[in-house]
Amino acid sequence: MGRKLGCALIWVAVIVVGVFSFATIALRRGEPINAMWLIAAALCTYAVGYRFYSKFIAAKLLALDDLRATAAERMDNGRDFMPTNKWVVFGHHFAAIAGPGPLVGPVLAAQYGYLPGTLWILVGAVLGGCVQDFVTLAFSIRRDGKSLTEMAREEIGKVGGVVAFLAVMVIMVILLGAVALIVVNALKGSPWGAFTIAMTIPIAVLMGIYLRVLRPGKVLEASIGGFVLVLASILGGQVVAHSSYASMFTFTAPVLAFAIIIYGFTASALPVWMLLAPRDYLSTFVKLGTMAILAIGIIGVRPTLHMPALTRFIDGTGPVFAGKIFPFAFITIACGAISGFHSLIASGTTPKLVQRESQIRMIGYGAMMAESFVAIMAVIAACVLDPGVYFAINSPAGVVGALPAAATNTITSWGFPVTAAQMTSLAQAVGEQTLFNRTGGAPAFAVGMANIFAHSLGGQALMGIWYHFAIMFEALFILTVLDAGTRVGRFMLQDGLGHIWKPLGRTSWYPSIFGTSALMVGLWGYFLWMGVRDPLGGINSMWPLFGIANQLLAIVALCVATTIVIKMGRARFAWITVGPLAWLLAVVFSASYQKVFNPSPRIGFLAHADQLLSSPAPAGKAREIAQLAFNDRLDAVITCILATLVIVVVTESVIEWARVLSGRKSTMSTEAPFVRTQYATEEA
Amino acid sequence: MTSLYMRVSESAKLIARTLHATLREIFDEAAYERFLKVHGLANSRGSYALYLRESHAARERRPRCC
Repeated sequence: MGRKLGCALIWVAVIVVGVFSFATIALRRGEPINAMWLIAAALCTYAVGYRFYSKFIAAKLLALDDLRATAAERMDNGRDFMPTNKWVVFGHHFAAIAGPGPLVGPVLAAQYGYLPGTLWILVGAVLGGCVQDFVTLAFSIRRDGKSLTEMAREEIGKVGGVVAFLAVMVIMVILLGAVALIVVNALKGSPWGAFTIAMTIPIAVLMGIYLRVLRPGKVLEASIGGFVLVLASILGGQVVAHSSYASMFTFTAPVLAFAIIIYGFTASALPVWMLLAPRDYLSTFVKLGTMAILAIGIIGVRPTLHMPALTRFIDGTGPVFAGKIFPFAFITIACGAISGFHSLIASGTTPKLVQRESQIRMIGYGAMMAESFVAIMAVIAACVLDPGVYFAINSPAGVVGALPAAATNTITSWGFPVTAAQMTSLAQAVGEQTLFNRTGGAPAFAVGMANIFAHSLGGQALMGIWYHFAIMFEALFILTVLDAGTRVGRFMLQDGLGHIWKPLGRTSWYPSIFGTSALMVGLWGYFLWMGVRDPLGGINSMWPLFGIANQLLAIVALCVATTIVIKMGRARFAWITVGPLAWLLAVVFSASYQKVFNPSPRIGFLAHADQLLSSPAPAGKAREIAQLAFNDRLDAVITCILATLVIVVVTESVIEWARVLSGRKSTMSTEAPFVRTQYATEEA
Repeated sequence: MTSLYMRVSESAKLIARTLHATLREIFDEAAYERFLKVHGLANSRGSYALYLRESHAARERRPRCC
């Protein structure tokens, strides 16, 4: 009784602290607040969400049963299926779901102020993203570790399967184009950054030699060694940037884009595992380490947020990307709140490792909470910057002007004072030639992170090192996403084309490998090129497209989950998945409509194309203008295709739900038959 | 006091062991060890090359999230 009361009091205290933190971040106006309020609100939200909501879902919706053997136990083959310690699976799952998305999206959405992004990240994660990952993982485990596409085909129908396949393809192409653009924007005109990233190639080869020849299989040792060498290359980059070799590593955006396209093709088509596998390990090592360091840094420094809770750009006129909070904040921040891509991981490697059903909650729901916390750290990193500096870095030249004086005048006129001298001094402190118009989110995140660390370790003297460490870390794992994504896309294309002509499906046949790699790289490369040539910086059109595609995948996952819930005879709890589904439908439809038909040229693709074609083209620019207008129309067509896919999958699902609920279709279970776990016997 | 020290020390050891096991799983060291066990092989350059060949297809198809 006493223990129960103590427990209840602790939870009341958590709720009170949470409510007070939310009140502080939501109601405080006109004065800066400490980042710890965001951290407190986040931790209390996660604690309450995990303790109460996820427990409710586990008991009522999923009826997780610890007596039931998981796929890992039933199909244990010592290879892909293997019961594994829950913390190990948690770490493995988190490492797979956390990428550049939760860092970039929140930085871009900070143009609205810190409040909208923070609220969406917390509420979206606890009620949407965590739920999606949790139920997808649970349903995949009960279906022998089947993938989302397979479950969509079995539960919704053939059309559902095709839509899921197309959604994955589209999201891959747009994602890869968008993240490649972030790398280009971060490395253009930066000999220090370019040198550091270039050095990861010989470092990875050295790691490969260590792994294969010197100490076979000792990946952790090789990764630690690689990490030390990467740190050395950051220091080396500083020397190179101030030497006569700087020009050798100073690249324009088109040159970098071309280099990344060649890299993507090479990584996909050629057996360069000596380079790629060690780089993959190195990137994961750096990613996990940096996230941990950032968390420690924020909690240790407790920085003040200089960005207001809400900026004037909630009216939709933001320079980073155009559009009002609804729906654009909700598609800009996907990873960190709800990301359809996670459903691929939750129905990929992870379900084959989970030992007991009760652990699904901690792994599925818990790992997404951890990713959401990463997104909160990104909000903090962006909002510790002076707003004027934030906008100077993130605003494209097409909006604020290409010259420093023009850009600072425009930004200052918005009520966010910044001077050219301030930007020059900041650029010098981080070892860059300029920080103006560095769109894409990565440079702003790096400056914010350097700012936080400069207040704790090494002071201002190490700003440049921290900035380039952050740039290296983002570029390194974006390039890993890029080569892994291109290969996965290539395999999907080969699988699909193999149905049309068998040899194309052979993954070891070089004409097919080259052809499908070229097709995949050509698709995302086109988007990258489009972004590089876009006078508005590319992010304005590409990131919303990526957000829409990502949320489309989440819609597919939630449709599959709801269908299974109804077939399980638990329709009264279907609101748990239908709630986030309905929200995403509202977001995706309204974002798609606005991106295509909004009369403002900064928002609507068609309006922008019309504006380009209706004004007289400057001499010699007619072809370029026509190309830009074509790109706008292409973006409009893709958005319409995505919206159509949403309509198709939702209609198909609703028909299936109606059939089952009206009794016209039997609720045939696709679950694997119940097998009693051996672990229960061992425990008894 | 000694008992508290022992409990803290045990917990710290457990956390360190779990962290190490997690890193080994993330970095495929555990997968390689399982491979050696299943095939009854000893750790060597040849075994690792064989492991890389066998796990190549699975690793190639592993997506990385955004």
